[in-house]
Amino acid sequence: MKPSEGMTLIVKTVTRISVWLIILYGIYIILHGHLSPGGGFAGGVIIALALLNVLLAYGRGFITRWLNIGFLHDLESSSAAIFLAIGILGMAVGGGFLANFISHGKLFNLLSSGTIPLLNIVIGLKVCTGLFVVVWTLAIFHLSDKGEKQ
Amino acid sequence: MVIYILCFALLLVGIYGILTKRDLIKIILSLGIMGYAVNLMFILFAYKRGAGYAILVKDKAVTAMVDPLPQALILTSIVIELGITAMLVALAIRLFEKYKTFDITKIRRLSG
Amino acid sequence: MPIETWLIFILGFMIVGSIIALELKDLLSAVISVGIVGLGVSIAFLLLEALDLAIVQFLFEIFALIILVRAFVGKEYHIQQPSTAHKIQILVTVMALGLILALSINIFKLLPEFGDPLFTTAKHYVEHGAAETGSANIVTSIILDYRAYDTLGEVTVLFTAILGALSILRGVVDKSSGGNHETK
Repeated sequence: MKPSEGMTLIVKTVTRISVWLIILYGIYIILHGHLSPGGGFAGGVIIALALLNVLLAYGRGFITRWLNIGFLHDLESSSAAIFLAIGILGMAVGGGFLANFISHGKLFNLLSSGTIPLLNIVIGLKVCTGLFVVVWTLAIFHLSDKGEKQ
Repeated sequence: MVIYILCFALLLVGIYGILTKRDLIKIILSLGIMGYAVNLMFILFAYKRGAGYAILVKDKAVTAMVDPLPQALILTSIVIELGITAMLVALAIRLFEKYKTFDITKIRRLSG
Repeated sequence: MPIETWLIFILGFMIVGSIIALELKDLLSAVISVGIVGLGVSIAFLLLEALDLAIVQFLFEIFALIILVRAFVGKEYHIQQPSTAHKIQILVTVMALGLILALSINIFKLLPEFGDPLFTTAKHYVEHGAAETGSANIVTSIILDYRAYDTLGEVTVLFTAILGALSILRGVVDKSSGGNHETK
C-alpha cells in the first residue's frame, strides 16, 4: 500500500502560503510575551501547530525530508538544559538561582525586563519541539501499524 | 455561590466518568474534564469584581487588577495537562497493541 | 448582563456538554464534545479577565483535540463496543455523587461571595511587579521571575511526560519496523 502523500493540491498550495505567516505570528507572540498576553507557552504551541499543518497537508515523507527530526529531539532535550544554564548564570552574576541579572531597561520597550524574554524563547523552543515530536511519533506509529496489518 | 457549586458539579461529572466507564478513551476524556473544573475553580477564586486584567498598558492609569498568582499557577497546569494527555494516549495505544481492546475489564482479566 | 449570568450559562453548557461526551457511543462526537467543553473554559477565562490563560487554553485544546482524533479515530480501533457497567452500579455511583454535591453546599456557603478574592498574597506582585522586573505583563513576571523555579519544575515535568510518551511508543515502532524489514 502506498500511503497517500498528503492532501489535494489546493490544500498544499494554501499551506505553503499560510504556514510561514503562522510561524511568524508564533514568533511575535513569543517575543512580546512580556508586553502582551501570550508568551512562550502560547507561541510554542502556535509554531507546533504550523508544523502539524505541514505534516497533515504534505504527509510524513515530506516532513522527514524537510526537517531533521533527530535535531528537533536534541533541541527539545537541550532547551531544558539551557533554562538551567540561565539559572546558574544568574547564581554566578546576579546573586541567586534564576536571578534577573540583565538590566531591566525601560518599561514597555521590546528589549526590556532582563532575562524574561530569553526564558520565554527557551520555553517556546521547548514546547514547540516537544509537542511536535510527540505528534510525529504518533503518526509514525500509525504508519508501522498499517504496514504490519497488511 | 451558585457558580462554585456548578464548578464542583463539573468535577463530579468527571469523577462519574472515571468510575462508571469501561472504555479507556472515555476515562482519558473524564480526566480532561476534571482538569478543566479544577483550573476554572482557581480562576473563579481569583476574580475581583470591577478589576481589570493583570497587564499594564501604555497611557492608561493603573486600576485594580485581578489576582495574577493563580493565573500563573494554572498556566503551567494547563501545559502539564497536555503532556499527561499525550502520555496517556501513548499508553492506551500500547495497551491496545497488546490486548486488542480498550475495555478495562477485559484487560484486567487477560493480565490474570 | 452581569458576569454571573454569563458564567452560570457557560458552566451549565459545559456540564451538559461533558455528560453528552461521556454518554455518546460515537467516538468522534465524544472527542469533539470534550473539545467544545474546553473552548467553554477558554471563554470563561476571557470573562474572568485571564487573557493569558484564555489564549493558552484555546491553543492547547486544539492541540489535544488533534492528538486524540489522530490517535483514536482510526479504522481498526474501536469497532467493538466495550461493555458498560451494570445499571445498579451506575445508579449507586450517581446517587453517591449527588449526595456528595448536596452535602458540600454548606462548605460553599462558608466561602466569600463570588467577586471577593480569596487570596491576598499577590498584592506585592501587583503593586511592585512592573517596577521590580520591568515586565508589563504581571503574569509573565511571576512565572519567569518571581517563581521561575516553579517554571523550571514545570519544564522538567513536561520533559518527563513527553519522554515517557516517546519511550512507550518507541518500542512499538522499532519492533514493527524491524518486522517489516524481515518481510521485505
